[in-house]
Amino acid sequence: MSKLLVSPSPHIHSKDSTRSLMLDVVIALIPAVVCSVVFYGWQELLVLGVSVASCVLLEWAITKYMLKKPSTIGDLSAVVTGILLALNVPYTTPWWVVFVGAVVAVGVAKMTFGGLGQNIWNPALVGRVFLLVSFPTYMTTWSKPQGLFGVDAVSGPTPLGAIQEGLMQGSTVQELTSAYNYKDLLFANLGGSAGEVCALALLAGFVYLCCRKVIKPWITLSIFATVALVSLIFWGVNPARFTDPLFNLLTGGLVLGACFMATDYVTSPMSVKGGVVFGVGIGLLTVLIRYFGSYPEGVSFAILIMNSVVPLLNMWFKQKKFGRK
Amino acid sequence: MSKHTFSIGGVHPHDNKISRECAITPLPIAPTVYIGVSQHIGAPSVPCVAVGDKVKVGQVIAEPGGFVGAYIHSSVSGTVKSIAPRADLAGRASTHIEIAVEGDEWADGIDTTDTLITAIPEDPKAIIEKVKLGGVVGLGGATFPTHVKLSPPPGSKCERVIINGCECEPYLTSDFRTLLEKGEQVVVGAALLQKAMGGVPCTIAIEENKPEAIAHIREVIAKLGYKDMEVMVMKMMYPQGGEKQLIDAVMHRQVGSGALPISVGAVVQNVATALAVYEAVQKNKPIIDNSVTVTGECFPKQANLLVRVGTPLRYIIDYLGGVPEEAAKIISGGPMMGRAVANLDAATVKGTGALLFLTEKQTRRAPETHCIRCGKCADACPMGLEPFLLNKLAKNADWDACEANAAQDCIECGCCLYSCPAHIPLLDNIRVGKGFALSAIRARAAAAKAAAEAAKK
Ligand code: SF4
Ligand code: SF4
Repeated sequence: MSKLLVSPSPHIHSKDSTRSLMLDVVIALIPAVVCSVVFYGWQELLVLGVSVASCVLLEWAITKYMLKKPSTIGDLSAVVTGILLALNVPYTTPWWVVFVGAVVAVGVAKMTFGGLGQNIWNPALVGRVFLLVSFPTYMTTWSKPQGLFGVDAVSGPTPLGAIQEGLMQGSTVQELTSAYNYKDLLFANLGGSAGEVCALALLAGFVYLCCRKVIKPWITLSIFATVALVSLIFWGVNPARFTDPLFNLLTGGLVLGACFMATDYVTSPMSVKGGVVFGVGIGLLTVLIRYFGSYPEGVSFAILIMNSVVPLLNMWFKQKKFGRK
Repeated sequence: MSKHTFSIGGVHPHDNKISRECAITPLPIAPTVYIGVSQHIGAPSVPCVAVGDKVKVGQVIAEPGGFVGAYIHSSVSGTVKSIAPRADLAGRASTHIEIAVEGDEWADGIDTTDTLITAIPEDPKAIIEKVKLGGVVGLGGATFPTHVKLSPPPGSKCERVIINGCECEPYLTSDFRTLLEKGEQVVVGAALLQKAMGGVPCTIAIEENKPEAIAHIREVIAKLGYKDMEVMVMKMMYPQGGEKQLIDAVMHRQVGSGALPISVGAVVQNVATALAVYEAVQKNKPIIDNSVTVTGECFPKQANLLVRVGTPLRYIIDYLGGVPEEAAKIISGGPMMGRAVANLDAATVKGTGALLFLTEKQTRRAPETHCIRCGKCADACPMGLEPFLLNKLAKNADWDACEANAAQDCIECGCCLYSCPAHIPLLDNIRVGKGFALSAIRARAAAAKAAAEAAKK
């Protein structure tokens, strides 16, 4: 002992750091990553690699050369963004399109706002939606997964896309959904972007995050509950026009969005009450966009729209203060 | 076992009670003690001895300096050497009475035997008077004079006495050892407090991580047969022993902002205080010593010592082998709310409950990064505040907004700073905001009072 350290209390700190929390998110995404690589093969690996590498490098370069500040890539949030972006695009996406997505996600949606914690919208989702709008061909031609050792990929639309098209041609939902069975949806046997395909792997990651107390389950659960309830009503009224609840829950990246994108700290409300309202909003918007909008899936838009009202939700829904009305 | 806890927030640090097996043993008396006159909240006491006077153990050496004040007794026998300013553990000077120790001669009337006296005096006033004469102050941290707490303002009524045996701070075990070794005395002390408050029910709250203490106290209550007294098992949760939190957990009542516990009918005293009440009332023994946990992973010897008030910290530490090389910080109290010691020559006070040694690694604060809006600070805050917001407001020096967002309600428990993954020094900044908010509130109250008085004239 040389000199006594003197500083105000508390004198100890929990082991949590931004980095450890982000690392937990990365760990939680591993099952889904492994799943998608197994199902889609090396092309998916390429998408993941390009996405993660560009997100991290971009953040490093921006902090170093443009902001001239210490690098923040050590907090691993860029890695998380990279993985989420990759899981949100089809495995057939060319590498340069993925790179453009990363530029938008990290360069525009994250760093121009001041980096982690300052952004309003979830960076990976902004990147994804940008690609969806700018490169619709790459983003909507999906191939039926062939597996790591598969041969030719068969092109086909995603389940939701197929149904929307079919509906326009006058078929009923029953005819269209009969092509899918729910076991396939749970175990990833359908066309779709990588992260949309293995609900179970994603749910495992979600459970891990909840057990580690990284996130609270309320946002995700209220999204699921709302989607289930609202589609139950529509489906109950007209099963020929509207898809059933389970189908809505298992397709179109809902699980990925609800578990990993809507629960992003920075862009979701702080209080439990706010989170539930946020989740209900996302669920409602998702179903409405799917049923009545022009994009077959709606989760990304729903989350981004609800991201924008988070400051309001934070203001309206606060924890009750001790001993006050 | 059903477990009770408070309703908002809280954290769960590792409890690290590595000194729990160490029985309380008396520390040899130091050659010189330095007894401060401001050992409690309220007015400093006024010395009533002069340099050169001979004093005995338990003799009054300073008298209360105001209504909220306390008697201070000599903890040793010997000669008063000086009455002069001396640095406390933070390095701030205040008046101390220096006594050179000669022998160990006790003042008349103090019962130094171990005989347990269980008969409770009939007159509540007599109990409170003896508590006052014994210099008893709250030993759970706040050191508020106990007799003042036991004399509720007119119009308020006590409905329950709560004995705080939570000891929710990590590392500390002196209350636990006291419950085990002096359980009878604590229970009699609790009964005395019950009587003093007019025969109200009493709850002894103990956290679930002290099952031996829970069992022992239950046995003692059954054996001594006091009525309306129960042990309540509390969940392990920090800050369970915070006064407002404990009342919420036990009585499901929330003390309002700026209000006292008595406003919801509660009086809370901690275990060590209950023991002090027993000794003051039944044995005429004022507070002259208290149990101090000396602990820390880097400290070779864990101990619970019975230390005479006014013993220099260095004397205690040297007795146990000196400050270890790896120790970077010494804390008086627990790691969440204790104060860092700047001056090892400082002397113990009545409220000194622990000396904790932490290594640089254990106490290091990582560099601050951006708030990631995770809400962990708000989840952890037992007062339901928004630490991330208060932090920002305090940094912007927006004191009105600090007050509007209840910075003054902060109990400085440290849960927010403890939890923040971005390592933002939340509490450091909130303390400043709280200070300004409180002075604004006080200034308004004073102005209102002055205006009311002017109107009367
Ligand atoms: S220190 Fe204050 S603001 Fe922080 S958690 Fe405790 S009461 Fe809340
Ligand atoms: S815990 Fe820290 S990072 Fe999280 S919201 Fe509070 S201040 Fe921000």
